[in-house]
Amino acid sequence: MNAQVNAPATAPVTHVAIQSVAKRFGTVPVLSDITTSFAPGSFTSLLGPSGSGKTTLLRIVAGFVTPDEGRVTIGARDVTDVPVWGRNIGMMFQSYALFPHMSVARNVAFGLERRGIRGAEAARAVGQALEMVRLTGFGDRMPKQLSGGQQQRVALARALVIKPSVLLLDEPLSALDRRLRQEMQVELLRIQRETGLTTIFVTHDQEEALTLSDRIAILDKGRIVQAGRPADIYERPETRFAAEFLGDSNFLSGTVSQGAVRLGDGTVVQTAHPLPAEGSPVTLAIRPEKMAVTESAANLLTARIVTVIYAGPVLSYLLETRDGTKLKLFLANRDGTVLPEGETISLGWSPDHAIPVAD
Amino acid sequence: MALRGPVGPRRLPDWMATTALLLPAYAWLTLAVFLPLLTMFVFSFLNKTPMGQAPVEFTLRHYRAFIDQPYLLGVAWNTLMMGVWTTLICAVLGFLAALALVRCSFGRSREMLLVLILLPFWTNGLVRVFSWTMVLRENGFLDSLWHLVGDGSVGFLYSRPAIILGLVHGYLPYMILTCYIALVTIDDAVIEAAQSLGARWWTVLGSILIPLALPGLISGAVLTFVPVIGSFMEPRILGGPVGMTLGTVIEDQFTQAFNWPLGASLSFTLLAVVLAIFATFSGVLRRGTAGAS
Ligand SMILES: Nc1ncnc2c1ncn2[C@@H]1O[C@H](COP(=O)(O)OP(=O)(O)OP(=O)(O)O)[C@@H](O)[C@H]1O
Ligand SMILES: [Mg+2]
Repeated sequence: MNAQVNAPATAPVTHVAIQSVAKRFGTVPVLSDITTSFAPGSFTSLLGPSGSGKTTLLRIVAGFVTPDEGRVTIGARDVTDVPVWGRNIGMMFQSYALFPHMSVARNVAFGLERRGIRGAEAARAVGQALEMVRLTGFGDRMPKQLSGGQQQRVALARALVIKPSVLLLDEPLSALDRRLRQEMQVELLRIQRETGLTTIFVTHDQEEALTLSDRIAILDKGRIVQAGRPADIYERPETRFAAEFLGDSNFLSGTVSQGAVRLGDGTVVQTAHPLPAEGSPVTLAIRPEKMAVTESAANLLTARIVTVIYAGPVLSYLLETRDGTKLKLFLANRDGTVLPEGETISLGWSPDHAIPVAD
Repeated sequence: MALRGPVGPRRLPDWMATTALLLPAYAWLTLAVFLPLLTMFVFSFLNKTPMGQAPVEFTLRHYRAFIDQPYLLGVAWNTLMMGVWTTLICAVLGFLAALALVRCSFGRSREMLLVLILLPFWTNGLVRVFSWTMVLRENGFLDSLWHLVGDGSVGFLYSRPAIILGLVHGYLPYMILTCYIALVTIDDAVIEAAQSLGARWWTVLGSILIPLALPGLISGAVLTFVPVIGSFMEPRILGGPVGMTLGTVIEDQFTQAFNWPLGASLSFTLLAVVLAIFATFSGVLRRGTAGAS
């Protein structure tokens, strides 16, 4: 079968590690003390807001940026001082970056030629790579004659054909429209599974990160604030930033009192999770879809509906409590009933879903 | 018609609008370029400069100059070689300068640097050429430098290399500009993609940068070659006795020999040769630029 041909038993499974990497541009620290590793065959997303240093970190792994401190290893090899062309990486760029003066086939063959592979052997490899991205028969086209999605597939084929040790992608799908992007996500995932390539994927789109990755590293101001499986980060965010950046969250602030949290207005909120010392301030994060309209729950709060957003499968309610705290509530659209704006409702949630987070 | 959208103000037919827009440009071209050229073209068929009282006759004699005076063939060959060498040297230097400019600087500082590089080239042509005579003559500036380490003279004023040096100095800015414009549009990611696939700098240069900058190199070459083979100032001042080119021969006809018809016919012959060269190479050029533009 296809996958057999394209992903031989000796598929390169490579471990990538970053040790205490720091980088500053001028006097501005862009990355500080980054230590993380990427398991062989894993798909990791670097997720973070604009300017958080995602691209810089990826470019350090690629070799375009030299870190001020720290080491980078790919497989067993310390590549910190190895130039880009010696690292055997596959890279995809937001702008596709195809060679505009070469045909699709020559684009894909470029990396093979650099490795001294030419002629029939190269042609066969190019054919296989194009087949893998479902572009068989496009070899003679020029990049200009392809759609954005097709160009990005060529870029992927070009990166894969050299059998790289690691696949690095810097927001490769963000130039595509929504439908095409989702289609490409599925393709990318399929190909990554087939080839078993260790993949690092930069994005600031949380949905994309959740869909694709088996591990997410959230960056903020040049630091990794939390890394782990998508579900772990989503269900157990450690910081307010992580809770806000991956998914939506409500925040309630109070002080620790007798194993629970006492809010400003005196309401006591139970949590099933460990709390800091008695009397210290604490913030609880509660996901908007984990709250319900109910009179009987361990935790209750009354709030007035300010705005209703009808989004099809989900109804979003923007609420306000009596002391002015803003809350969000997501309800599945089960039977088409919409609660009216202005109505005061009682919200409830289980102690499991109130997660203490650091600020 | 029924399917027409909302009717706006009535529009002129397309051809009328196009004509109206192009008319001023073509009228100006006709007045400023074609009329004088046409006059010269007519002159080239006269037997003498039509300035005095004597009657003039039509003749084709001047177009036989290359047959009647075979030494002109040698002059033409030297002129072509001068054009080829100047263009080649300009292409290499201009491309490298533009490349350095594009790859080693950013944003505002890059534009400033470009202006700073081009500025010295915009001195008056005569001043520029004469200052080279000061440098290149015997016991000139170059010799003073040389005398720090050796004896004798290394000045090469009144030689072909001197002419080419002066011409390169004069026409390099065009090549830098056209190459700069071509190189600046190349996406950094394209170069990085090549590197990530294993390309070292010479592969990036040969397989990516030069092919993608080809349109700039070609327009720079045209902008250099054409005026260079018609030039007369540099050959005369820096070439001295060896500085006879078609340009100086033509200039002599207008300023010394007062034989305008011969000057005109030589000019048109030169123009025809240039057009023939471009016609021959245009196929190659088009193929070269097709993928890159
Ligand atoms: N070559 C450079 N010179 C100076 N500063 C730089 C350079 N590259 C990046 N920076 C700075 O480093 C910071 C991090 O940039 P980086 O491109 O890594 O962010 P990012 O997380 O990829 O953001 P985005 O989502 O916008 O792509 C930014 O503040 C940026 O201005
Ligand atoms: Mg980025």
